[in-house]
Amino acid sequence: MGFFLETLIGGLMAGMLYSLVALGFVLIFKASGVFNFAQGAMVLFAALAMARFAEWIPAWLGLQGSYLGTAAAFVIAGAVMFVVAWLVERLVLRHLVNQEGATLLMATLGIAYVLEGVGASVFGDDIYRINVGMPKEPVFLFEGIFPGGLLINKEDFIAALIAAVLVGLLTLFFQKTTTGRALRAVADDHQAAQSIGIPLNRIWVIVWCVAGLVALVAGVIWGSKLGVQFSLSTVALRALPVVILGGLTSIPGAIIGGLIIGVGEKLSEVYLGPMIGGGIEIWFAYQLALVFLLFRPQGLFGEKIIDRV
Amino acid sequence: MSRQIGEVILDLKQVSLSFGGVKALTDISFDVREHEIRAIIGPNGAGKSSMLNVINGVYRPQLGEIILRGQHFSKMNPYKAAKAGISRTFQNIALFKGMNVIDNLMTGRNLKIRSNLIQQAFWWGAARREELAHRAKVEEVIDFLEIQHIRKTPVGRLPYGLQKRVDLGRALAMEPSILLLDEPMAGMNVEEKQDMCRFILDVNDQFGTTIVLIEHDMAVVMDISDRVVVLDYGKKIGDGEPDAVRANPDVISAYLGASH
Ligand SMILES: Nc1ncnc2c1ncn2[C@@H]1O[C@H](COP(=O)(O)OP(=O)(O)OP(=O)(O)O)[C@@H](O)[C@H]1O
Ligand SMILES: [Mg+2]
Repeated sequence: MGFFLETLIGGLMAGMLYSLVALGFVLIFKASGVFNFAQGAMVLFAALAMARFAEWIPAWLGLQGSYLGTAAAFVIAGAVMFVVAWLVERLVLRHLVNQEGATLLMATLGIAYVLEGVGASVFGDDIYRINVGMPKEPVFLFEGIFPGGLLINKEDFIAALIAAVLVGLLTLFFQKTTTGRALRAVADDHQAAQSIGIPLNRIWVIVWCVAGLVALVAGVIWGSKLGVQFSLSTVALRALPVVILGGLTSIPGAIIGGLIIGVGEKLSEVYLGPMIGGGIEIWFAYQLALVFLLFRPQGLFGEKIIDRV
Repeated sequence: MSRQIGEVILDLKQVSLSFGGVKALTDISFDVREHEIRAIIGPNGAGKSSMLNVINGVYRPQLGEIILRGQHFSKMNPYKAAKAGISRTFQNIALFKGMNVIDNLMTGRNLKIRSNLIQQAFWWGAARREELAHRAKVEEVIDFLEIQHIRKTPVGRLPYGLQKRVDLGRALAMEPSILLLDEPMAGMNVEEKQDMCRFILDVNDQFGTTIVLIEHDMAVVMDISDRVVVLDYGKKIGDGEPDAVRANPDVISAYLGASH
């Protein structure tokens, strides 16, 4: 029982990160109908910016080893993602209003290449570590309930907590503020939103900013665990099944989809692995997504797909 | 009626609009005076909705001009139109389905909101006071339209007639000077139609709002509008006061020729 719970919790924590990346997809898709292929590149770019500024800034300001330097690096990396959002709207989206989905998809592919290229040339293309002072040692919980307690990785735990807090804050922002309401309006109906005077351009900058912030948090967590390197931009591919599972238009779907896939991967690896061979983790999510595409293409929470006539 | 019809506020000059080979509007000119109720009628596919869409910039005409309070535009865009005080409803209701009635109406206040994102995010004093003031305005609209009982209902769950009323409410929450209504009474029963008629007349009378209205129900149109434009196959075939339009032979033959 204790072992099962450990696996489950490990899965939930890994899943929280998938949720974060998937959330970036969903936000942009809802607000602008763009399937943003550059989400992974944004995670990489943000993580690179964070890793490098965390080196540079303390060196410039003489703040080595202080949390202040790390905090400043985070703020500046956030500002960089804001500039990215603004440029994307200015240089790309604005010129592609009312274009086909396929055109927009290609445009985001282009954005991905630009981000990867610019990221490598500005920030370098080595493997960098992000050290935000996450504790690495494991802890034992509930020793009174289970013999030996539950072994939990503290870093994973904190990461999941941060992700959960971020999701909570974003939900509040969407539900409670005027701008959040305008974002939801645009997601529901572009034309109506524009006709009541909601400026689409501004909304797009805001969602890309939020997606950039989410990418930054995901990038920092991932990067502090595994290091920042080019392969980080493929995490988006891992989040793809999550989006299919949860539905492209549903924020709760992205979160729950991420958790299901995180848990499913871990449980199947541990319990099915011995029977059908290991490595299930690698393909599990895609198989699950395939099943969903066959039987419930709108995902768990997505809107039913109805062809308009 | 106490209201006084004023000067021309909106003037359309030789507007033509086509979609590929389909000519939706051909060389249409007409004007709208301040405080009047101006109806656009015509058979199905005549180009009525296209005309409204040109006025608020959802469609961009290939030719022609829109003159709004003396300012010339070759095309509008919906955001500019909203800023200039034009609000509208849609033929196929375009409410924000996931939100409740209050939130839908609150979106109509968007242009009037001054607090910035940061203030909103932290729910700072100014943002909060502002939200409450707008909320009060929205409650006024809710009272006006007699929809207190559904304030918190997600609009997707409301019956069609009430959705139409909420759609009008969202437009009114903008406190427009010109209101464009695309078939506000379509699909309603007699009682709902009477209510809607009363609301339209009250808006016009109490707030002095200029109204451009598309409607199929002839009795209603002749009853509430000051002047009527008649379109058929994208061309204007009549324009004037209800009685004159009713007697116009082109209009009569268009309506007799049409299959309804
Ligand atoms: N977005 C569009 N794309 C292509 N054709 C369009 C579009 N909008 C309107 N049309 C065409 O323009 C013509 C006029 O349509 P419009 O909707 O303006 O008519 P209408 O008078 O509002 O009709 P109804 O009474 O049925 O609402 C029609 O032939 C229609 O098919
Ligand atoms: Mg129409």
